Amino acid sequence: MAKAYLGIDVGSVSTNLAVLNEAGEVLAGLYLRTRGRPIEAIQDGLREIAGLLPPGVAIAGVGTTGSGRYLAGAMVGADVVKNEITAHAVAACMMVPGVQTVLEIGGQDSKIIILRNGVVVDFAMNTVCAAGTGSFLDQQAARLNIPIEHFGELALKSTNPVRIAGRCTVFAESDMIHKQQMGHPLPDIIRGLCEALVRNYLNNVGKGKEILPPVVFQGGVAANVGIKAAFEHYLGMPVVVPEHHKIMGAIGAAQLAAEEVARTGRTNFKGFAVAELEYRTRSFLCDGCPNSCEIAEMYEDGRVIGRWGARCPRWDVV
Amino acid sequence: MPRVTFPHVGESYRAFKMLMEDLGNEVIVPPRPSRRTLDLGVRHAPEFACFPVKILLGTYLETCPQGVELIVTTGGVGPCRAGHYAQLHKKILRSLGYAVDVVVLEPPRLYPLDFLHSVRRLNPHRLSFRAIYECVRRAWRKLQALDNLEKLTHKIRPRELRAGETTRVYRRVLEWVDRAYTMREIVEAERAAAEELQKVPQDPAREVFKVGIVGEVYVLLEPASNLEIEEALGHMGVEVERSIFLTGWTRDNTWAETHEVLTVKDAALPYLPELLGGHGRDSVGNTVIFAKRGFHGVIQLAPFTCIPEIVARTILTRVSRDFGIPVLTFFLDEQTGKAGMITRLEAFVDLMRRRKGP
Repeated sequence: MAKAYLGIDVGSVSTNLAVLNEAGEVLAGLYLRTRGRPIEAIQDGLREIAGLLPPGVAIAGVGTTGSGRYLAGAMVGADVVKNEITAHAVAACMMVPGVQTVLEIGGQDSKIIILRNGVVVDFAMNTVCAAGTGSFLDQQAARLNIPIEHFGELALKSTNPVRIAGRCTVFAESDMIHKQQMGHPLPDIIRGLCEALVRNYLNNVGKGKEILPPVVFQGGVAANVGIKAAFEHYLGMPVVVPEHHKIMGAIGAAQLAAEEVARTGRTNFKGFAVAELEYRTRSFLCDGCPNSCEIAEMYEDGRVIGRWGARCPRWDVV
Repeated sequence: MPRVTFPHVGESYRAFKMLMEDLGNEVIVPPRPSRRTLDLGVRHAPEFACFPVKILLGTYLETCPQGVELIVTTGGVGPCRAGHYAQLHKKILRSLGYAVDVVVLEPPRLYPLDFLHSVRRLNPHRLSFRAIYECVRRAWRKLQALDNLEKLTHKIRPRELRAGETTRVYRRVLEWVDRAYTMREIVEAERAAAEELQKVPQDPAREVFKVGIVGEVYVLLEPASNLEIEEALGHMGVEVERSIFLTGWTRDNTWAETHEVLTVKDAALPYLPELLGGHGRDSVGNTVIFAKRGFHGVIQLAPFTCIPEIVARTILTRVSRDFGIPVLTFFLDEQTGKAGMITRLEAFVDLMRRRKGP
């Protein structure tokens, strides 16, 4: 049996899975919408990816990342549970050796990672503002009734972008509507929006960072050629969008799992059968102190396998 | 006896309570800020006021219904909004129907008469200056004991074998210091508490990273306001050293500035020759000092909308590059979520580990 490693990235908008072989090549990849039901998304993903694997492949390790990493980790028996910043950096290094800057824009967060000699030396993540992330682009595409896949192409048709206020998504939308009512053509408005989002990203997330080539652009939004073009315009350098840009987090998690298993010599992976188990979650307010933490519990076939949300160790699962 | 309360700043309330009672006040002990505190503060404070003003107001709104007559707080040094917050709090509390007064302790070096007047108001027992001095000396010693124990937890927690053990022991031994009253009892309680903490089983071989914490004083000193970041870091194997402790801060603003290798002011000088209010210059200077002392990283904590820290953050980018030390900034307010903080901290620890190499 050939060994392979599974990575699962449970994000706010999408749940992604990737399987790597021992050489770090992608055997299978999946991009699914989380739709606010991460457990279902993970189970669907597992079922689907099991069918995509070539015969004779056995999962020798599994890693999880993304905002749902602890939940996913408890479900599948992860060997490594890693934050998405590290996972994305690892994947970018694999796909584009020598990368010095990673721009990542996902559903609700955006980050910049600065690497030198293959080592992360600095990073930043959006804090108080989520303007310009995938959710907003989705919303605008839906409002304009343009499939999100064609949103970027439309921007490229523009020769005369209009200036859109990109600081706050609500005001950006007002500004777009205003420009529409003034009679500006749609491609110019969409290109203006792409540029506004990139400006906002560089002024907030990218503030004070030394952006050197090669620059890799990944995450769901990297599919948008309009945003890519705007980045190239503002940075004055080419921007690489790797083939698997949508599932880079999952690829990084799989690679980290491979490293972890090489160290420990064993995997905790429960097998694809977890796709068929019954998972239940419930939440309650802790009454231990006035913090009233909202504790979420996860049950696998009636047994508690994880608890989250406490500010103290009272509810830690032993 | 006048009913007195004051802000909740970490564990310091234990020392202030003793002092205020010695001077003849009835103390309403402020509760540890919780979500309820925050909800109360956010509801009645201006939206764009900074985080400390909201937590403090919330704290007062928890204690005022218990009949507080007098609130004791400190003033500010330099151009920072916090210097006016006492007056703002008084106005808001009065408009809500609480007949409270506020005594603001300004630095005695700058305002000696004002300071003496304030002390007089807090001294209904009419103790002599000599007697007050003795009370202050004991309270000061208790404060030192509390600071020393907290520093000790910062060293032990990243090395503990059982997660959460340090915190559990710390909570217990704090009560010993709390109960100590005479100078001898306080010294003895600190010694016993430190011994008990040292008994927490530790792994001396564990790889531990050293991180300096800089930023605005209140969010640094009150763990409830920074989502217990020091504890979270400890559990990730990080030994933290905080740039500000209450004893150090009080000393700097009363009789003498701390001189270690160089003063914070001197360290900040090449980057920031001006006082910009709050702790902006301290954040810059302390980052330089942490870098020179070979720390693996620095974390800056700032209330959202805090101008001095925003200026400092911009400068820290250059300090970080010049000294090759990673700096991570958190802007804190009632919207800050712990999950996002943990993600960033985990990545920061990974960054330090990969930088250091195998």
